[in-house]
Amino acid sequence: MTAMLVLDILLVLSLLSLATAALATNDARRSVILFMAFGLVLALAWGRLLAPDVALAEAAIGAGLSGALLLTAVRDQAHRALRSSRKPVHERGRANLRVTLEWTVTLLCIALAGLLAWALAQAFDRAPKDTLAQAVSANLAISGVSNPVTAVLLNFRAYDTLLELAVLLTAALGIFALGPARPGHRAAGPVFDGLARWLVPALILTAGYLLWVGAHAPGGAFQAGATLAAAAVVLRLAGRRSVGLPTGHTLHVAMVAGVSMFLAVGLGLLVLGRPFLGYPPAWAGGLILLIETAAMLAIAATLVLAFFGGRPTPAPGVAEKTS
Amino acid sequence: MIEVMASLLTVSGVGFYLAGSIGLLRLPDLYSRLHALTKADNLGLGLLIAGLALHTQDLLIALKLVLIWLAVLAASAASAHLIAQHARRRETQS
Repeated sequence: MTAMLVLDILLVLSLLSLATAALATNDARRSVILFMAFGLVLALAWGRLLAPDVALAEAAIGAGLSGALLLTAVRDQAHRALRSSRKPVHERGRANLRVTLEWTVTLLCIALAGLLAWALAQAFDRAPKDTLAQAVSANLAISGVSNPVTAVLLNFRAYDTLLELAVLLTAALGIFALGPARPGHRAAGPVFDGLARWLVPALILTAGYLLWVGAHAPGGAFQAGATLAAAAVVLRLAGRRSVGLPTGHTLHVAMVAGVSMFLAVGLGLLVLGRPFLGYPPAWAGGLILLIETAAMLAIAATLVLAFFGGRPTPAPGVAEKTS
Repeated sequence: MIEVMASLLTVSGVGFYLAGSIGLLRLPDLYSRLHALTKADNLGLGLLIAGLALHTQDLLIALKLVLIWLAVLAASAASAHLIAQHARRRETQS
């Protein structure tokens, strides 16, 4: 047990020092790389807290995809700064605003941390029989799945997940409003191309596995969607123009797939005289898999769109700009 | 006996990680640092995984561990190559 305590203390110390280092540096690129390392250590910490579902999501989205997004943003900003070497006006006013903003955000973060600590203390104070975990395991048999996390996300609190998917759809619409996607990358050399050639099929296979296994073990639509999006990011970095993301109407269908499948199932059940999203126990497993499959496609499409940074252009005749 | 073997393999794997980390911190330029890091990590992880595979005594888990090792080998070799290539291009350009 002592060895595990040492490991936990090391994890906490690495998290704190990585976070401090990521915030303290002025180099945006270094900050992003430290943030990715922070995400990986955080995934280990979630693993130690016996939350493998969160650990998987953190590693795939928090460290992997967010890191790729942030690195691309840093690169874009550097390019833009090169193009316009003009000094920003109102230098002093901006500096003042920046300091005010930094202090406001810091104070808000401290307040939020205090609130979370209070909520955690409240949760610890309660008797164990009050916890939701007990209620979930008592009703797991009628949820259609045997993984309690999936049971909560897709059955008991399906409303929350529906709204999460709506948030993702809103984000995708916001990305569309940014205009055309940024130009792709130049074709990769043989080494990275070779890696992409076997990594991408392996990632797609893993995504399918994560989707299926979510019913009875850690996994599910979010992890599967992130893995699918990672495959597209690898292809994009290897210089492929089309990375499996459809264009036009097919893309629109993929973007709304999660929300619309959820709504279709919910409304269908209403018509059949059941409550909204109140699955009959006999069908629950199949319906959850149906919704999760659609949600995986929507999540993957949104994440890939975020990496594109805009609406993908369908014209195949446009010459690829090297970067 | 198997436990002793597993512990020996694990400890020697950790030794490679230690050497790689010291190399990363102490070696003078990017290429030698990459060399220290990737070689040591690949072999270190291999030994670590061999030790863990012996420790579990479960064929399926052992196969999964070997799969992880192979994936890391490919990813780390490719990324080391990419980093070195990028640095080399920058050197020849300036």
